[in-house]
Amino acid sequence: MKSPQDLIRFLLPVAVFAAGLVLWEAIVRTYGIQPYVLPSPLLVLKTLVADWPILSQSLGVTLLTTLEGFVAAAVGGVVLALLFNQSKWLEYSLFPYAVVLQVTPVIAIAPLLLIYLQQQTAVIVCAWIVAFFPVLSNTTLGLNSVDRNLAGLFQLYGASRLQTLLFLKLPAALPYILGGLRIAGGLSLIGAVVAEIAAGSAGAGSGLAFRIAESGYRLNIPRMFAALLLLSLAGIVIYGLLALVSHLLLRRWHESALGKES
Amino acid sequence: MGPAPPHPALRADLSPVGRGVPRGTIALSHIQPSMIESIVPETDASGPAVRLRGVTKTYDSGVAALGPLDLDVKSGEFVSLLGPSGCGKSTALRIIAGLAAPSTGTVELAHHDTERRGSHRIGFVFQEPTLMPWATVRDNVRLPLKLARAPATDAEMRIDAALDQVGLAEFAGAYPRELSGGMKMRVSLARALVTDPDILLMDEPFAALDEITRFRLNNDLLTLWRDLHKTVIFVTHSVFESVYLSERVIVMTARPGRIGAEFRIASTEPRGEEFRTSAEYAAFCREVSHALAPSYAGQAGA
Repeated sequence: MKSPQDLIRFLLPVAVFAAGLVLWEAIVRTYGIQPYVLPSPLLVLKTLVADWPILSQSLGVTLLTTLEGFVAAAVGGVVLALLFNQSKWLEYSLFPYAVVLQVTPVIAIAPLLLIYLQQQTAVIVCAWIVAFFPVLSNTTLGLNSVDRNLAGLFQLYGASRLQTLLFLKLPAALPYILGGLRIAGGLSLIGAVVAEIAAGSAGAGSGLAFRIAESGYRLNIPRMFAALLLLSLAGIVIYGLLALVSHLLLRRWHESALGKES
Repeated sequence: MGPAPPHPALRADLSPVGRGVPRGTIALSHIQPSMIESIVPETDASGPAVRLRGVTKTYDSGVAALGPLDLDVKSGEFVSLLGPSGCGKSTALRIIAGLAAPSTGTVELAHHDTERRGSHRIGFVFQEPTLMPWATVRDNVRLPLKLARAPATDAEMRIDAALDQVGLAEFAGAYPRELSGGMKMRVSLARALVTDPDILLMDEPFAALDEITRFRLNNDLLTLWRDLHKTVIFVTHSVFESVYLSERVIVMTARPGRIGAEFRIASTEPRGEEFRTSAEYAAFCREVSHALAPSYAGQAGA
């Protein structure tokens, strides 16, 4: 908070949030709306505390799935982009299928995957499918965005392919890769949730998305809201963490991480 | 100023670089004798550091960008290629460096006689500083040595020396974005010098700098050239810069670029700020400008 302007920018959304909650609470109380129709914010909070053992366990399951999907997407996306960069033939052969995977809605693929794969595997694969494409396309873009003269310099000094990759292309692509990872973080959570809901209807699972579906069937609406709140917070934390990592890695040299004053 | 003593490494014979298509005997008829206003008379005992014969460059689109070009640059000589934008002077430099292949013709460079790891026959300075933004000044200068896997202790010494030469020793730990345009160019120069090249190729390196900074870098470059006895080929579109720096100015014609005229800048005064305002300097500039004028003929806005 450097200036009053910054303070206002921080306080305004907080004020809107608080006002929204107060209004919500007031409406529920005024009209005596039943919790199975619309629970009040206070009730949601109470449920969150009361159901914490079960919800926290589910949160752990979903986060683990998300993490596994994210790591698979990050590694898979970057490795695939590197392979494409080294071999045009490989890129021509496989890239269309990457696009196909990307444009086919994952909610439609999930039931199929659940037939052929073990549930835990299927969930991770779903998270991977949703999240790997931005990593792949951003990394590809980054690897192709190398300064032409710098590439010439590497050529002049007889750099090997590996040296060019390690000392030129990867560092040059890093800001793009990190941008892709930031998108992939949120998407792998979405992939995990979609797969859990699809799997939940198949009868097993204990992730947060499964809790939401289950609570829906049981008209336990307060718990639905509580689980939704946790999912939302998880998404924010994931994004924040990845943004922080990106900032720490780029702050010394990349425009995107520099303050406006410099 | 007398001719610089030849670099010991350049006494060896010429070795073909193995680029381009050898064409055997090249007809020189395309350069009419009347076009050559002044031929450099002295020839050094050591052979040319760079020899181009019948070099042309035609793009895939069919546009002839360069040549045919015949050029000999003596070891230790400072030569400027002067010409309008698009005359192919940068292309010529890239061909000499091996960054582009000539469509026809041959390029020969003097044998680079050293076993030292991380030594390189050519240093190249681009118009842009072309630094790695993610690396410190020191790491940027280290790049050629790192690529050649030069021994670490030797590399550190050479980096220190190169940074000293360009006056940036105190900024070794800085990142490029923290430096001014002139300082970035100095880093680029240090990176070219760190391999102890025989030939320094410079592609309009100071074109984007303000005048004061450019003058300072001109003077520093001259000092380095005198001290280090490099062969320098300097591409520029500035008559004043070419006359100020060079022993020989080669004026190129409009596309496809050929040699339109050659001048030996045999000044009696030492190069320095005094020279910039001397009558002799003005006379050279007038002469060179006059020779350059036809290259701009027919161009819009010329």
